[in-house]
Amino acid sequence: MKSIAELKEIREQMQSRINMRKEEDEGIRVVVGMATCGIAAGARPVLATFVDEIGRRNLQDVTVSQTGCIGVCRLEPIVEIYEPGKEKVTYVKMDPEKAARVVSEHLVNHRVVEEYTIGAAE
Amino acid sequence: MNFARSHILVCGGTGCTSSQSPKIMEEFEVQLAKRGLSDEAKVILTGCFGLCALGPIVVVYPEGAFYSNVKVSDVAEIVEEHILKGRIVERLLYHEKKSNEIVHSLNDTEFYKKQKRIALRNCGVINPENIDEYIAFDGYQALATCLTERTPQEVIDIISASGLRGRGGAGFPTGTKWSFAAREKGPVKYVCCNADEGDPGAFMDRSVLEGDPHSVIEAMAIAGYAIGASQGYIYVRAEYPIAVKRLQIAIDQAKEYGFLGEHIFDTDFSFDLEIRLGAGAFVCGEETALMTSIEGHRGEPRPRPPYPAVKGLFGKPTILNNVETLANIPWILQNGPEKFAEMGTEKSKGTKVFALGGKITNTGLVEIPMGTTLREIVEDIGGGVPNGKKFKAAQTGGPSGGCIPASLIDTPIDYESLAQIGSMMGSGGLIIMDEDNCMVDIARFFLDFTVDESCGKCAPCRIGTRRLREILDKIVSGKGTMEDLDLLEELCYHLKSNSLCALGQTAPNPVLSTLRYFRDEYEAHVKEHRCPAGVCKALLHYVIDPEKCKGCTACSRVCPVDAISGEVKKAHVIDTDKCIKCGACIEKCRFDAIKKQ
Repeated sequence: MKSIAELKEIREQMQSRINMRKEEDEGIRVVVGMATCGIAAGARPVLATFVDEIGRRNLQDVTVSQTGCIGVCRLEPIVEIYEPGKEKVTYVKMDPEKAARVVSEHLVNHRVVEEYTIGAAE
Repeated sequence: MNFARSHILVCGGTGCTSSQSPKIMEEFEVQLAKRGLSDEAKVILTGCFGLCALGPIVVVYPEGAFYSNVKVSDVAEIVEEHILKGRIVERLLYHEKKSNEIVHSLNDTEFYKKQKRIALRNCGVINPENIDEYIAFDGYQALATCLTERTPQEVIDIISASGLRGRGGAGFPTGTKWSFAAREKGPVKYVCCNADEGDPGAFMDRSVLEGDPHSVIEAMAIAGYAIGASQGYIYVRAEYPIAVKRLQIAIDQAKEYGFLGEHIFDTDFSFDLEIRLGAGAFVCGEETALMTSIEGHRGEPRPRPPYPAVKGLFGKPTILNNVETLANIPWILQNGPEKFAEMGTEKSKGTKVFALGGKITNTGLVEIPMGTTLREIVEDIGGGVPNGKKFKAAQTGGPSGGCIPASLIDTPIDYESLAQIGSMMGSGGLIIMDEDNCMVDIARFFLDFTVDESCGKCAPCRIGTRRLREILDKIVSGKGTMEDLDLLEELCYHLKSNSLCALGQTAPNPVLSTLRYFRDEYEAHVKEHRCPAGVCKALLHYVIDPEKCKGCTACSRVCPVDAISGEVKKAHVIDTDKCIKCGACIEKCRFDAIKKQ
């Protein structure tokens, strides 16, 4: 039999799973460029890393989605992170290792990984 | 369930299930597996989204892309384009009827914009067969709070303060009903849920049970705590197999988690729940007949008082609440009675779910704040009457309700306003009629239903409904007299005042309200032997327009009774005495020369 504490626990654990279906979606959005250029440059393993890491850390209020070509194909794979009330951050030339670091620094600790951003690359 | 970046929600309501949604789910699994995406995207069964006319419905999150009329053959494209490449398949998105605009998200459609989903809050959002998803959307929180922090009286006070009234149709204040049962002596009391939804065209309760069964279970446990009952029954019709199955799964899960059973949340409160299946008698939706049926007897009503709150199921104090009423309860307790009372009108608080059917573009399920006008429902949410026809009337409350004519389309939908114009809220069936519907025929249709469904216990209903139908039969066959109209009306009032239960008391409503607003149609049938809408077969005549007829003889060759005569290349004539009104000639005529009059 479940106690109230257990009920709360289930609720919190489930939150990250169902958040994308809530109406007031105010969480962080991770958008991976997945046009032909992105996929050819290796966007799929980058996307998979984001999904795995977010799931492993049980992060709340984060959704991962794809988008089409952003326009700077030479810098693919490109990942953009939208946080409510903050300016969008664009990471370029991503790979799975970089993705894992972005999860731990940016998504968990809210510190932008400057060296991977488009500003640093140019 | 692991974290997945995308959720593919497939509607598993009865409507979409009958248009192959289970096959679509299977196909999604196959296509995802083929591309190695099974861990990234989850396929989730869910309840009714409401836009049944456009089923099967698939919604893909996080984008919230709303795909309608999805076929099994479309699945590969959705997976390849949307899930793999992140490109929404525009071709399958919902198109707004008025502007022809492509709408990406469900909440942006005209159909959803004016809706406020409280009772349906989880329908089309959660997987009804997974209790954890219900918990994630604050499920069973209200029960926990009630049991540990509130006294039964406080719970009743909150429900009273919200102004919630019975959604089964009669509109009795729910808090008052609970307080009547609470003050009776125990120890044995019962909580019953009326899920015997019988009005033709109504499917609100079915959709709640299919889409969010736990909300009803949670509410019943709360009701049990409030009145001091430890046993509940859900009386649901056997014709709702999907609802029954999901309800049973939900009850089993709730028992496993200890939300039903002994000492819930380590308190002294225990509550158990069982399903009882109804065998399809309309009268069992009436509360006393429903209880008689649960007791194992033939479903017949009995006189009230004593009311169920005093002497109900097995002679014990009992409350009966409708499915939709119960679905509101956890929300009210979670969000506070003030927030509920903010919606609606002075005497009718909150929202009401309607099953929209008949001559309307967006057939489906809608939930609107009380006080919304019929015009907004028909024109904005419902998308208007299709095929360029004119709105003629709306029928609310099924065989117990009445018609709202086009002249009253700006009537706000609430208990008082509807009663004032001779209709009723009813359980929520809303059937839209256009100029092709004959109102006398509609009245006769509903009487046919009540004649069949009258249980036969009391004479006014058993005999009265038959006599009413006989008079209507006379009128639609062109043999009625003006005296018949007066007799019809008089008999209606006899039925209303003398029948034992609500079935007989409300059975004349469709006749009375059509007589009130469409008396001219009745008179046209009687005086002119004419059916203005061209529905009543006995009064129809097929005629050939001699101007348009080219004398091709196609009609006379197809006529099964040789009623059409005429020479080649000259206008033909129909012998109306011989004509059996089969309509074969109209279909054959290439010159649009044959008309119904």
